[in-house]
Amino acid sequence: MAAHPTQDGPRPSKPSASPGSPVTSSTSSTVTLHVNGTAHRLTLDNRTTVLDALREHLDLTGAKKGCDHGQCGACTVLADGRRVNSCLLPAVALGGVEITTVEGLADDGTPHPLQRAFLDRDGFQCGYCTPGQLCSAVGAIAEAAEGRPSHVTPLSAPPGAPVPLSPEEIRERMSGNLCRCGAYMNIVAAIEDVTR
Amino acid sequence: MSPADRDGPTGPATPAGHPADGAPVRLEGLLKVTGAARYAAEHTPPGTAYAWPVPARVARGRVVAVDDGRAMAEPGALAVLTHENAPRLKETDDATLLVLQDDRVPHRGWYVALAVARTPEAARAMADAVVVSYEPEPHDAVLTPDHPGLYVPDVVNGGFPGSRERGDFDAAYAAAPVRVDATYTQTALHNHPMEPHASTARWEDGRLFVHDSSQGATTVRETLAGLFGVDKRLITVVSEHVGGGFGSKGTPRPQVVLAAMAARHTGLPVKLALPRAQLAAVVGHRPPVFQRVRLGAGEDGVIRALAHEVVTRSSAVREFVEQAAVPSRAMYTSPHSRTVHRAVALDVPGPSWMRAPGEASGMYALECAMDELACAAGLDPVELRIRNDTATEPDSGKPYSSRHLVECLREGARRFGWAGRDPRPRSRAEGRLLLGTGVAAAYYPVYLAPSRARARAERTADGVRFLVGTDATDIGTGARTVLAQIAAEALGVPLERVGIEIGSTDLPAASLAGGSSGTASWGWAVHKACRALGGLLAEHGGTVPPEGLATTADTADDVPAEPRHAKAAFGAHFAEAEVDADTGETRVRRLLGVYAAGRILNARTARSQFVGGMVMGLGMALLEGSTMDPRFGDFAERDLASYHVPACADVRDVEAHWIAEDDPHLNPVGGKGIGEIGIVGTAAAIANAVHHATGVRVRDLPITPDKLLGAAGGLSR
Repeated sequence: MAAHPTQDGPRPSKPSASPGSPVTSSTSSTVTLHVNGTAHRLTLDNRTTVLDALREHLDLTGAKKGCDHGQCGACTVLADGRRVNSCLLPAVALGGVEITTVEGLADDGTPHPLQRAFLDRDGFQCGYCTPGQLCSAVGAIAEAAEGRPSHVTPLSAPPGAPVPLSPEEIRERMSGNLCRCGAYMNIVAAIEDVTR
Repeated sequence: MSPADRDGPTGPATPAGHPADGAPVRLEGLLKVTGAARYAAEHTPPGTAYAWPVPARVARGRVVAVDDGRAMAEPGALAVLTHENAPRLKETDDATLLVLQDDRVPHRGWYVALAVARTPEAARAMADAVVVSYEPEPHDAVLTPDHPGLYVPDVVNGGFPGSRERGDFDAAYAAAPVRVDATYTQTALHNHPMEPHASTARWEDGRLFVHDSSQGATTVRETLAGLFGVDKRLITVVSEHVGGGFGSKGTPRPQVVLAAMAARHTGLPVKLALPRAQLAAVVGHRPPVFQRVRLGAGEDGVIRALAHEVVTRSSAVREFVEQAAVPSRAMYTSPHSRTVHRAVALDVPGPSWMRAPGEASGMYALECAMDELACAAGLDPVELRIRNDTATEPDSGKPYSSRHLVECLREGARRFGWAGRDPRPRSRAEGRLLLGTGVAAAYYPVYLAPSRARARAERTADGVRFLVGTDATDIGTGARTVLAQIAAEALGVPLERVGIEIGSTDLPAASLAGGSSGTASWGWAVHKACRALGGLLAEHGGTVPPEGLATTADTADDVPAEPRHAKAAFGAHFAEAEVDADTGETRVRRLLGVYAAGRILNARTARSQFVGGMVMGLGMALLEGSTMDPRFGDFAERDLASYHVPACADVRDVEAHWIAEDDPHLNPVGGKGIGEIGIVGTAAAIANAVHHATGVRVRDLPITPDKLLGAAGGLSR
C-alpha cells in the first residue's frame, strides 16, 4: 500500500486497488483489471497507462491513442460507468474498477443503440475518434440522467433533476472528444436518435 | 445558360440530417463502431519492440555527440539509433525521409536519434535520457513579406508555373474605375489527423512487412524499395484503416522509415507511433502565406485587372510552394492578370499538403477581395460573382467541361435566405450580438491518376460472388463503399454480391488518396475491370465456370495527358456569424454549401465529406493558428490543447447540398472529387460575414477576439 502510487483514479475513494496490487518490484506491480466483464491479472510497469494496458497487453485496440495527453478524447473508456481519458490513468491504480471499452458496448453481439445510430447517421469518417465518442456519449447520457449540469444547462434547472439532452447540451457535453473529420453534426444527430 | 440554370432545386439534394437517400452505409462502419477496425499501430506480432524518436533541440546545426549511456541502462533497452549506427539509406527526392543519415540538423524537431525498447514505457524513458550535444548554427525561421531570400519558383505545388502574366495588368488596373488593393495573411496550419502517424514494421527472410498509416500504400512501398535498396516485390505495405490524413499522410513520412530501420537493426518487429507533440515538425503543414490581391473593375463590377501575389515559405530540406495564386487563374473573367508566387527556404519544418493546398489559402484571399469589391462597387456579392462568371478558364483559354458556379450561388442564396439582405455592415444585432452574413465561392480542380484493379467472379454456396481489389486507401472518405457501388453498377449486380479489398500492396497498384482524385481514379480502374469481367462472363453464357473468372484493368492509357477541357468542381458557401460586441468572440450560427462536383455516388458519405471540409474551414477562419517562435525555430502550438481544432460545440448548423451535374468529359464514374472543396471558400464566407456583422475587416486569420477588439474603434457601439 505504501509503495502504491497515489493517483487520481475515477473513484479515488475506493481502496480497491490495494489488495490486488502487490508491489512486485520497485518499477512494476501486479494488478487485476476488470475489462468488459473479464478479470485480467497483469504485471505491469508502474508507468503503464490504462490505455496502453488495453492496447498493448490485452489486445483491446478499440480505445485509441490520439494525443496521449488527455486533450483529444480518443482514448475515452468508462470506469465504473464514468467516462475517463484512459491515457491519463495509471493502470496499476485501477484494480477493482470495472472498465468498459468500445468492445464491451455491444450486448452479446448486438450493437449498442448508439453504435447503430452512428452507423445510420454516418457519425464518423476515418473512425479513429469513434470509440471514444461512443464511450463518451454513453457517459454523457448517464450524467444527464443523473442530473449533472453542464456549462449550458439553464441556471433555472432544478438541481438533481435529469437534464434533457437538447442539441446544445449534447454539443457541450461531447466537446471533450475531438473529430478532425468534422462529423460533429452527425454525432449529435446520432445521440439525439438514441435519447429522443 | 445551362440546363441546370433554372429556379428552384436543381438536383436530388436531401434535407440536412436525413440519412442520405438510402445510400449504402459505410462497408467498414460496423468494424469502426465496435472497435474491431485495426489501424497501423494496432498490430503486435510476437516480440514486438517499441520505438520513440528523439527530436533535435536546436534550430540548425550539427550533432557532435550522442550519449546513450543512461538510455541504454533503462531496463528493456534494445538500441539507440543515431546517424552513426542507423542503416544507410539510398538517395531519394524527398529529403525529409533521409533520417539518421548524417549529423546535420536542418530544423528544430528533426529526428536525431531513435530509442528502441521492449516496452513503450522504456522507449519513452530512453528517448528522454539520450543526451545529444550540438554545434548550433545561426538560423532563420520567420517569414516576412520582404524577406531578402524570396525568389520566384519555376513551378509551384501541383506542377503549376510560379508566375503568369496575361495582358497588361498595371495599365488596366490603373484605368479601372473601381479598385480593391488588400493584403491577407494567415499563419501556418496543421493537419492533425486524429490518428498520429504510425508504423509497425518487420523483416522476415529479406522481406519487409509494414502496416503504415498512409494515404497510399503503393507510394510507400515504392519509396521504401528505393530507400532500402530492396526489390519492391519483397515489400508489403498495408494501410487498411487510416485515421485521417488531410494530406499529411499523402507522402511517406519518417515514421515508416524509422520503424523499418529499427526492425532491421534489432531483428524484431518494431512499432512506432509518433507522439502528437512531435507531428508539427515532421509531417508537413500548410505554410504561412501573405497574399496581396488587387482587383480593378468597371462600375458594373466586371473585373478588368486581377493581380494575386503570394509570399510564402518553404524549408531548407525540401522545396514546397503553396500554389495560393493558382485559383485566381481559373475563377473569374480577368482579361489582364498577374499571378505570382515568391518563396524563401527557411530553417523550419517542411510545409506540404494540407487539405486543398493552394485553393484553401488562395480562395480565402480572392473571395475576401471579391467581397471588398462588392462593397466598393455597391453590388450584392452574389450578383458580383455571377457577373464575373466565365465559360472558359481564363489562364488556359480552354472551355470548362462543366461549370455551374452560378447555379450553386443561386441555389445557395435561395436555401440560405439571402434575398433581402441589408448590405450595410452592423445592420443586424440581437442584444450585444452583432449578426452578419457572408458568401464565398469554392473551386477545386479535377485530378486523375492512372490506377489498376482486378475483378474476380467465383461460385459460392449461395450463388456467384464478385471480388474486386485495388490498392486504394480509405482515410475516412468512404472509398471502400463507393468503389463497391461502382463495381456493383458496372457488373449489374446487387451491392451485397460484391466484396471489396483495398489498402494493401498485395493488390493492384493504385494512386494515392489525394487531390480529391481517389474515387475517379480508382473508380475508373474498378469500372474497367468489372466491365471486362462482365464481358468475360457473357462469353461464358452468363455462367461462372468452376475455376472462376478473373480480369485486371489498368487506366494508364485511358487518362488523357492533354485534356481539351478545363475541369473543376465549383461551389458556393454561405455563412451567418455572430460576434459578441463585448468579448469579440465570433461564433458561426450557420454554414451552408452548395456544390457542383459531377455525379455524387453516395449521398451519405459525400455529405459527410463536404460538411467535414466546411468544419475544417471554420477552424481555419476562427480557431486554428500556429506561431513560429523566432528564437527556437519551432511552432509554439504543438498539441491539441494549444492548437485549437473545432470541437463539437463550435459546430452548430452545417448543411451541404449539391446540384445535378452530368459531365461526359470526366471519366466513366462521372465524379469530379469532393474531399477538399468543402474547405475552399469557407474561411472567406465566415470572414465576410464577420465584416458584415461588425464593419471591421480582419484580413488576418484566424479571426480571434483580439483582432476584432483591437481594430480601430473596436466593436463599441
